[in-house]
Amino acid sequence: MPIRTVMKANEAAAWAARLARPKVIAAFPITPSTLIPEKISEFVANGELDAEFIKVESEHSAISACVGASAAGVRTFTATASQGLALMHEVLFIAAGMRLPIVVAVGNRALSAPINIWNDWQDSISQRDTGWLQFYAENNQEALDLILIAFKVAEDERVLLPAMVGFDAFILTHTVEPVEIPDQEVVDEFLGEYEPKHAYLDPARPITQGTLAFPAHYMEARYTLWEANENAKKVIDEVFAEFEKRFGRKYQKIEEYRTDDAEIIFVTMGSLAGTVKEYVDHLREKGIKAGAAKLTVYRPFPVEEVRELAKKAKVLALLEKNVTFSVGGALFQDFSRALINEKERPIIVDFILGLGGRDVTFKDLDEALAIAQKALAGEEFDEVNWIGLRKEIL
Amino acid sequence: MEIPESVKKRLTLPAEEYFYAGHTACQGCGASLGLRYVLKAYGRKTIVTIPACCSTIIAGAWPYSTLDVPLFHTAFATTGAVISGIEAALKAMGYKVKGEDGVMVVGWAGDGGTADIGLQALSGFLERGHDAVYIMYDNEAYMNTGIQRSGSTPYGAWTTNTPGGKRHFLEKRHKKKVIDIVIAHEIPYAATASVAYPEDFIRKLKKARNIPGPSFIQLFAPCPTGWRSPTDKSIEIARLAVQTAYFPLFEYENGKYKINMPNPKKEPKPIEEFLKLQGRFKYMTKEDVQILQEWVNRQWEKLKKLAEVFG
Amino acid sequence: MAESPFKADIERVQKEYSEKMTPGAIVYIPGSSVVNKTGSWRVFMPDFNRDKCVRCYLCYIYCPEPAIYLDEENYPVFDYDYCKGCGICANECPVDAIVMVRESK
Repeated sequence: MPIRTVMKANEAAAWAARLARPKVIAAFPITPSTLIPEKISEFVANGELDAEFIKVESEHSAISACVGASAAGVRTFTATASQGLALMHEVLFIAAGMRLPIVVAVGNRALSAPINIWNDWQDSISQRDTGWLQFYAENNQEALDLILIAFKVAEDERVLLPAMVGFDAFILTHTVEPVEIPDQEVVDEFLGEYEPKHAYLDPARPITQGTLAFPAHYMEARYTLWEANENAKKVIDEVFAEFEKRFGRKYQKIEEYRTDDAEIIFVTMGSLAGTVKEYVDHLREKGIKAGAAKLTVYRPFPVEEVRELAKKAKVLALLEKNVTFSVGGALFQDFSRALINEKERPIIVDFILGLGGRDVTFKDLDEALAIAQKALAGEEFDEVNWIGLRKEIL
Repeated sequence: MEIPESVKKRLTLPAEEYFYAGHTACQGCGASLGLRYVLKAYGRKTIVTIPACCSTIIAGAWPYSTLDVPLFHTAFATTGAVISGIEAALKAMGYKVKGEDGVMVVGWAGDGGTADIGLQALSGFLERGHDAVYIMYDNEAYMNTGIQRSGSTPYGAWTTNTPGGKRHFLEKRHKKKVIDIVIAHEIPYAATASVAYPEDFIRKLKKARNIPGPSFIQLFAPCPTGWRSPTDKSIEIARLAVQTAYFPLFEYENGKYKINMPNPKKEPKPIEEFLKLQGRFKYMTKEDVQILQEWVNRQWEKLKKLAEVFG
Repeated sequence: MAESPFKADIERVQKEYSEKMTPGAIVYIPGSSVVNKTGSWRVFMPDFNRDKCVRCYLCYIYCPEPAIYLDEENYPVFDYDYCKGCGICANECPVDAIVMVRESK
């Protein structure tokens, strides 16, 4: 029987790792995800998880050790955040390029400078071009479930890509919520053993991984990554369906809320989705036709689902905890790519908010709504808007 | 590949080759010779990890590979971490690692990848006690990028970023003693070796195989391209590095130092013998040579003392 | 004259060689470099005098390619398909049984 209990997202992530039975875990402490390797070392120490736990001396080495272990042919897992993920950056490309299905739990945290340990998504968003799959959890249950799902998708022969699962620093990592821990047997059936057919380090079958590729071959190697990301779209749907069948919880790449007759749809990711859904209820009570949508899958970017979503709205209001300077948020760029050549498309307004742990309140959302309503009314509006700025100290 | 029995019988080195011809090392490359010896010593049950360095090129571009054993290419700084991960994975899968019939996990990195950018990962690997062998092939500069100085470049050497010039802008720092940093971790086995003394090197590799825990070998590997030396002189230069005590052969085993010089009674030759075959040293003044000689003397005396006290 | 120890490997590699891109650009053919005939780099070639040879194997031991193997009588055989002409063998030969000569191609 599944166990119903309460725990922090960090603990949920550690439990997901335990249930997935990785053979090698390499991790380095960093706020706010330190509790994950702590909890995992407890599992290992108590004999509840049979794995080699490598206490590395940096995140660069954490992901490198995972790359080595995954290349040798075992399931691997690590956890990090912020600067740690940034330090991994170089090796993230390598993991994807070598098609190693490593799973990383990310306690989404702001990047320096200034130093800030609180939540935004700049860390994982900045890894969006590495070829990794990216999932974002709204709550602690999703953190657990999405890690299991990430392993399943990553290891699928049609995909073979590493995956990261993000959940918001402190808002989730350190907040206790009800979580259901699935049965080990059911997880075992769902995931199976990792038996790589493509990458192994076996003296009986010598292969070479990670070679130099000249211009005559490099593009084709990178194109296979493009294909794998495209394939992942279908595989994710299949895995979501199988997960629902086995565990009873439904996931979708984009989850919609009261969008059917909406004029303005707020789009976001992670824990902010909870706030936004509540805000939509609040607007509906006032007779404002608003809806909400949450991206559970950010990479591969769900282009088709975004196009479907766009048909339902006159204005898409993107609420993002990240920024590309002089451009806007990452979602703004990605939504533009999905919709730019559509014959009929909604207006897209971008909102940068909640950086570095700044709370996002209804007041902030009111500020965003006012701009979205201007756009809806055909008035002039700014495409990119920083919400909740303390203008008095600027 | 197949070797006739008649040949195997008379050789002082293992006859098998797992490092294949057709590779793209420069003529007279010491590193490629070193890798050939490593695979002769360890044979089929070896997994090699190479960071970005000359050996990346030597080991072949897609779809080629120079090695007849599993080979893993990785990022510059990561050798120590990657071999840690491979070792952990092999153990988790139930392989025997190290030992006579165990799988050998080998990190094969240059001096830049070891003394500089890879030093942190090396330290982590050593300190955690993984059962693997890390070999630093020391050609005393960043050769693959075009001969830039590394922490392992000796005093007085020309490189492309210590180019001499009117202000006599040569390498002004002495060679970083990576082996001492390694020994500070008090690992079970560390040694220096030279491509000019393959029997000694292979003996050390075999010793490293049979001592549990992390092992480290610093292999002196001449680079004719970067040292501006004739391609046929690579072995001669490597031999002189030992004979002048510029690069003395020794091993550190469970806290004990042992010097392995080919002629232990002989006084070291003057450093000029080693310098004169290499164009990279041609800008050195007499004073420079003296400074280097004094460094060599100091290190050599220190080593002898260590062997005496901790022998 | 003995056959190159790489002969069987060359045949194997030629048979299995494929340019088809693999997931992760993994090379599944070990030792596939043997089909690259690096002998074309050579300017000077080792000229071997069998009568002087004392079969010490230093040339074999120190060849970085390796492009020297030993025949049934333990004399060195120079594999000109791979020999880049570095001259280490000639420099190390204790009895001058190997000299480097400019090659006319």
